[in-house]
Amino acid sequence: MTSEVLTILEKDGKVQKGKDPNLSDDRLRLLFATMVKARILDERGLTLQRQGRIGFYLQALGQEASHVGSAAPMLDSDWFFPAYRQPGIPLLRGAELDQIVCEWFGHQGDPSKGRQMPVHYSLRSINFVSISSPIGTQISQAAGAAMAAKIRKEDTVFMTYFGDGGTSSNDFHAGLNFAAVYKAPVVFICENNQWAISVPASRQTGSETMAQKAVAYGMPGIRVDGNDVLAVYRVCQEAVDRARKGEGPTMVETVTYRMGSHSSSDDASRYRDEEEYERWKQRDPIVRFQEYLARRKLWTAEWQAELEQEFKDQLNAAIKRAEAAGKPELGSMFDDVYLKPSAQLLAQRTQLQSLGGAADEEIGEFPL
Amino acid sequence: MANMTLLGAVNDAMATEMRNDDRVVVFGEDVGKKGGVFGATVGLQDEFGTDRCFDTPLSECGIIGTGIGMAVYGMRPVAEIQFLDFIYPAFDQIVSEAAKMRYRSGGEYTCPMVIRSPYGGGIRGGHYHSQSSEAYFCHTPGLKVVIPSTPADAKGLLIASIRDEDPVMFLEPKRIYRTVKGEVPEGEHVVPLSKGRVVREGTDCTVVAYGAMVHICEQAAEQAAKQGRNLEIVDPRTLVPLDEDIILSSVKKTGRCVVVYEAPKTCGYGAEIAALIAEQVIEYLEGPVVRVAGFDTPFPYALENLYMPDVRRILEGVQRTFTW
Ligand SMILES: Cc1ncc(C[n+]2csc(CCOP(=O)(O)OP(=O)(O)O)c2C)c(N)n1
Ligand SMILES: [Mg+2]
Repeated sequence: MTSEVLTILEKDGKVQKGKDPNLSDDRLRLLFATMVKARILDERGLTLQRQGRIGFYLQALGQEASHVGSAAPMLDSDWFFPAYRQPGIPLLRGAELDQIVCEWFGHQGDPSKGRQMPVHYSLRSINFVSISSPIGTQISQAAGAAMAAKIRKEDTVFMTYFGDGGTSSNDFHAGLNFAAVYKAPVVFICENNQWAISVPASRQTGSETMAQKAVAYGMPGIRVDGNDVLAVYRVCQEAVDRARKGEGPTMVETVTYRMGSHSSSDDASRYRDEEEYERWKQRDPIVRFQEYLARRKLWTAEWQAELEQEFKDQLNAAIKRAEAAGKPELGSMFDDVYLKPSAQLLAQRTQLQSLGGAADEEIGEFPL
Repeated sequence: MANMTLLGAVNDAMATEMRNDDRVVVFGEDVGKKGGVFGATVGLQDEFGTDRCFDTPLSECGIIGTGIGMAVYGMRPVAEIQFLDFIYPAFDQIVSEAAKMRYRSGGEYTCPMVIRSPYGGGIRGGHYHSQSSEAYFCHTPGLKVVIPSTPADAKGLLIASIRDEDPVMFLEPKRIYRTVKGEVPEGEHVVPLSKGRVVREGTDCTVVAYGAMVHICEQAAEQAAKQGRNLEIVDPRTLVPLDEDIILSSVKKTGRCVVVYEAPKTCGYGAEIAALIAEQVIEYLEGPVVRVAGFDTPFPYALENLYMPDVRRILEGVQRTFTW
């Protein structure tokens, strides 16, 4: 066991000898484009929140390599039990932009019908299970889904995400424990971005690393440079392969950094040093990957500019449509509590409908 | 007296008790340097040091379990659960342990701890930053449940809760953390638990409400008054143990009652009030006891303003006590 962190991308886009996962040119460009798009998505999301057009936003700034690189080895038929900080996964897997943006507004067109806060997507079309706010709950669920696939002799692989804070949750223990006992085909991705809101990772554990916890549960725990998309990809490809071959779960700790505040409600400058940010900024995952691609003549500034412009145009159009779509109709509040609404729910719906009322009247702002 | 927000009063109560009693410790997620996600613990770590105000790992179960251990050992822990919606990993520790420590040990061991948590809707927080789950705790013998609706009450009730010998769930209506301001006595200020407050006197219908709903009921009462109807608003302040007299005597006077609460209607706290009235003063009633509550759905994000009881739903509820 080691606290070593696997890195492949070195300074100026050079790679460590023998470690390049040798992805095809198309694949490399796709990963880069997805990371760039995720960052643009996040910029727009936060701007909309600042403009008061959506109620909340939460960015993955600086963690694009961590989640895009880990998700990339998964097949279309594989499943995700995400947390709330992996916006690149829906983009990578071709989710409809309109669905993502409608979710921000809680407007019609959101697959989850405006029921949740922004960035809590549910995207069944890409096997991306509904995101919950309570930290850690998805971890044991992913283990259970993986147990089910194993019982049914299907070769689906499951991937679940959580933060450094998430390792302190009850479900971290339960999920890793069950997965290891049943040798379930699941990959646990701990995105260690050093912070859980204002609490540093050193306050979450007395262990030297998060990855070493996996060993005690009975599975490999691997630490990887989370700002190095090639290293993340490589480690996760191996973990996904192991799972698919029936060799059981793996936990991967991506060592990364939350470059922004926790969310639109937080102000990180109140509790952490600018200096720390500056240090991590030198290791921006997009810049490091871009240097690698440039070295391999797979990147030009024009290509990136074009790709950015195209995505911004698509995004702007989607935002326009989403904003105009309006809130779900009032009676929809009573749908999906059960398969069929109970007598009580039907009566309550009738009561509310008879009172009428403006669904778009705002009563406040999320202050946190 | 000082003019304060409800949030400021909560902060003042903790600071006051930490000065008074060195057994009082405050802990939870982000309560240290950040001073809490809402700012309820701002300044406490600076004033009292990291032994008495500290951040914990992200584990509600751990926060409450260790809090119980401290209380059993003789401290006065004040644990913050960042949002009431996140308390469930600690449910076992609260209902099986904190609530039962005194009883199951025949009084040998006790658990004088306070669990503070912001609760309730109206802040665009969706499912997991809006729920009102007071009823789960009210249904657990051994726990006291307190909900303030004004800054002065917040301070006085929190100090009383910290001094109480039993575990107290102190639920803070986050919607009015900053919007409600009022005069708060400086230093020592205790509002006894189990004593309700008549918020507004009236003769025509009693409205029972707590937390943020008290203020919506006051708006409703203003409007009702213009239409010649005088509502009496009663805030129990402590849900368990309840000041039954203040409610019963009000209903005896008005002959009518509406209970307003944000939680889902079915098996909510209003059902308890309605049953109490039916059991004890049914002969005084001139109309049905009506519940105006959240609907029996999970808390919705986009349609939040329709989910929450508002003035028109309260007035419609009052009307139903007259015409039925
Ligand atoms: C059970 C629970 N407790 C508290 C919270 C409030 N909360 C939201 S995010 C967060 C920090 C999470 O940190 P981490 O797991 O490291 O993930 P990150 O936000 O850094 O991606 C906290 C405390 C919550 N959502 N769920
Ligand atoms: Mg984190």
